[in-house]
Amino acid sequence: MNTYKAKIKITLRKGILDVQGKAVEQALHSMDYDIMENVRIGKYVELDITAQNDGQAEEFVREACDKIIANPIVEDYEIEILEQA
Amino acid sequence: MKFGVVVFPGSNCDHDALYATANNVDAESVEIWHKDTQIPSDVSCIILPGGFSFGDYLRCGSIASFSPIMKEVIEFANNGGYVIGICNGFQILTESGLLPGTLLKNESLNFVCKDVHLKVESSNCIYTKELEAGTVLRIPVAHGEGNYYADEETINSLETNNQIIFRYSDSEGNISKEANPNGAINNIAGICNKNGNVLGMMPHPERYSDEILGCNDGVGIFNSILKNIKN
Repeated sequence: MNTYKAKIKITLRKGILDVQGKAVEQALHSMDYDIMENVRIGKYVELDITAQNDGQAEEFVREACDKIIANPIVEDYEIEILEQA
Repeated sequence: MKFGVVVFPGSNCDHDALYATANNVDAESVEIWHKDTQIPSDVSCIILPGGFSFGDYLRCGSIASFSPIMKEVIEFANNGGYVIGICNGFQILTESGLLPGTLLKNESLNFVCKDVHLKVESSNCIYTKELEAGTVLRIPVAHGEGNYYADEETINSLETNNQIIFRYSDSEGNISKEANPNGAINNIAGICNKNGNVLGMMPHPERYSDEILGCNDGVGIFNSILKNIKN
């Protein structure tokens, strides 16, 4: 068995209004950062997992994302699996 | 009949729900701890109360939906048992898959705590059977994530099947953007499942069930449950 670190990036689906992102964008514009737009705010989750290989680790993490870590109705996620030294 | 109010760590409307069902209507009420693994056999309606279960960590209602009692609540509901989720309870119902859709952050980003008007859209479930469709109730809301969202197909199916039970309205029952406190699609404040035995609503009827508060419009919902559940 090996230990891996899973890095999970969760974002609101395209098309879902991101009210936090909108508020931050307005703040940026009020600071004269007109060059910045389309602010989207998400979540970042890190966890350690023991599995036979990286494929199995990703499979378990994906399962956990679908069940609890992300809300598939409105969120997308990306998983990165790194082998622990 | 007996109501069972589930208490999660962070629930804060459990006692209001217990009080309303035991004192404002002619029923009994009992607490059920979230770690319990059995629903008392004499309970015929479960209430998932408002609050901030598990601190609203990760997403509102997400961690509570995996509490041991929820396995029983899901089975109870799937066997036709009556379950009402209020505010955080509604969020727990969507997270556990008993109701479709989800509750997003309020469009204004503000926590909204005020009285709103609700138009009863359907009397097809036991929760509103004693209230005529079109009736307007004054009920308080108190939430930061009450912006009901579901994809177009789900919304269409909710509309077609008369599963939208309450909509935010003005005091005359007019549905408008101004009357919508959180940006919910189609002013949706409460929905039920297809079978009509599971209801989720953001406003708090238990907080307006006692006459002494100056408004007891909420008690109509509990009375309706009481009258229509056969013991």
